[in-house]
Amino acid sequence: MCRTSSYLNDVLQKIYIMVLVYIESPKGQFKKAAFEAVTYGAKVAAALKTTCVALTLGNVKDAGILGEYGASKVYNIASSNVETFDSQSFTTAIANAAQALNASVVILSHSANGKSLTGRLAVRLNAGTVSGANAVPTLNGGFKVQKSVFSGKAIAEYTIDAPIKVISLMGNSIPAQKTGHSVAVSALDVAVPAPRVKVISTRTADGHVPLPEAEKVVSAGRGVKDPQNWGIIEDLAAAVGATTACSRPVADAGWRPHHEHVGQTGVAIRPNLYIAIGISGAIQHLAGVNNSRVIVVINKDPEAPFFKAADYGVVGDLFEVVPRLTAAFKKFKAN
Amino acid sequence: MKIMVCVSKTPDTTAKISFNAANTEFNSAGVAYIMNPYDEWYALVRAVDLAKQFPGSTVTVVHVGRADSDQIIRKGLALEANDAVRIDADPHTALFTAKQLAEHARSKNYDLIFTGKETIDHNGSDVGAMLAEFLDLPFVSYASKMTVAGTTATIERDIEGGVEVVEVKLPFVVSAAKGMAEQRIPNMMGIMKAKNKPLAVVPPVAFTDKAKVTRFELPKAKSGVRMVSADEMDELVRLLHSEAKVI
Ligand SMILES: Cc1cc2nc3c(=O)[nH]c(=O)nc-3n(C[C@H](O)[C@H](O)[C@H](O)COP(=O)(O)OP(=O)(O)OC[C@H]3O[C@@H](n4cnc5c(N)ncnc54)[C@H](O)[C@@H]3O)c2cc1C
Repeated sequence: MCRTSSYLNDVLQKIYIMVLVYIESPKGQFKKAAFEAVTYGAKVAAALKTTCVALTLGNVKDAGILGEYGASKVYNIASSNVETFDSQSFTTAIANAAQALNASVVILSHSANGKSLTGRLAVRLNAGTVSGANAVPTLNGGFKVQKSVFSGKAIAEYTIDAPIKVISLMGNSIPAQKTGHSVAVSALDVAVPAPRVKVISTRTADGHVPLPEAEKVVSAGRGVKDPQNWGIIEDLAAAVGATTACSRPVADAGWRPHHEHVGQTGVAIRPNLYIAIGISGAIQHLAGVNNSRVIVVINKDPEAPFFKAADYGVVGDLFEVVPRLTAAFKKFKAN
Repeated sequence: MKIMVCVSKTPDTTAKISFNAANTEFNSAGVAYIMNPYDEWYALVRAVDLAKQFPGSTVTVVHVGRADSDQIIRKGLALEANDAVRIDADPHTALFTAKQLAEHARSKNYDLIFTGKETIDHNGSDVGAMLAEFLDLPFVSYASKMTVAGTTATIERDIEGGVEVVEVKLPFVVSAAKGMAEQRIPNMMGIMKAKNKPLAVVPPVAFTDKAKVTRFELPKAKSGVRMVSADEMDELVRLLHSEAKVI
């Protein structure tokens, strides 16, 4: 009896359209973006009156917890060909899963790897696509998805006109939400070709939240004057629990590593809190940071353009203000 | 080595972003256009340097766009690309653009195809991945360093919070990020020579798009800045906690 109904369920799942969310699991673990993606998938599925199913690749610890964020089922593809990232093998794995499960919407994270999969998958599945979506699609008069364009200077709404849709979700766009409970993980047997791109090594800074995922960012510019002075910026970041960033000239001068450069030609971020210190607020800098929810600007020049884009402003010498702010944060945390 | 560099045209970084009255199209009146910085600073410059390392190599700049893009293409030639191809169509979406680039590349046997990591107008990061898929080639995104020895490339690519080092055999598609090369200004000689380099204009292939922009809007303006005295950092922290609710 029980077997029959689960068999029926499987058949039904194949007939009805559903939303498939591919969940990244670097080093076998989920990051915040994973839970955001499932939450998003569950919301899309609810709008389409269908189910949200999560897909993981390779060895993953405790994949069933994706159910807590709205996945009604979790599938895993175990294959030695997905142990390291290659856009072709991963695309084949996800596309085969999407076809086997009859998915009509495929969702990914707009992450480093996600960005090399979204376009590939769209072509493979002959799908319409929007990458970097920042809101749940609306269905009034077509399937409409919105994203930030012109480096944050505008928002565009795309209408997808294709039976299959591939959408990547921009990080920090919607909060992860627990709505359900852990579910069982089923193995999915699909063919995955060997990777043509061979991963030799990875170097990641442990203990730091990467900039695109950071909810709090402390950023500094040329006003800091010398790389030797960065200690006060790092102290503040530590007190706030923030990731550090910088303006372009600072990275170009080699004062800080390239991956900290934010702005139109650097990393685009959307944290809850962005504290900008000794940064003038040039249009190219603002372009990559103006999606931050709350912006605090510290600058000695009251005419600095950044104040126009700020929520809170402090006019003063950063060498005096920043240590004071650090002390204030420490005091706040202690209480 | 035969190298293709895909370049796109984007509004200048200082351009005022506005739309037509119906908010369905970008208002290009008075807007100056540039070559997409990632395509120019990193992809093209790296391609040109790589070509020098392998004598007999060629670098072809390929662009999907109309005649008003020719100035941008000439800049690519001034930066020492050998020749250029313009596919004469409006690059409405990443998918359409990638399809056109793929149809051009299909018969050319390029060893290496470069794109920038993304465009600064649509910020999709899609064209490279789509192009690689159309051509069934490997794709390495966000490359910040690349060396080629024989037929194997070793690439460092940016990943969240670090880098991944990969190896891949030619041919493949790579998207270039900061670190691949240093921005370069064309010199007088380059500019003069560019005038006589070949720029072929070819028609697009028919392709039906699957998505389009149906509405634009500008982000909500901030309600105004609240100034806090430099002596009152406890107050700033209090505001961030109880008013802004971000800590
Ligand atoms: C095509 C293009 C792309 C670009 N892309 C980017 C990008 O992605 N990101 C980016 O950041 N820039 C970018 N830029 C550069 C941008 O135009 C600005 O030049 C840059 O952002 C300025 O950096 P800054 O604010 O650190 O330096 P500055 O403009 O020199 O400003 C320093 C600020 O520090 C303040 N200051 C100095 N001393 C103190 C003190 N003791 N206490 C407090 N305040 C002090 C000054 O009042 C000033 O406002 C781009 C430019 C171009 C042309």
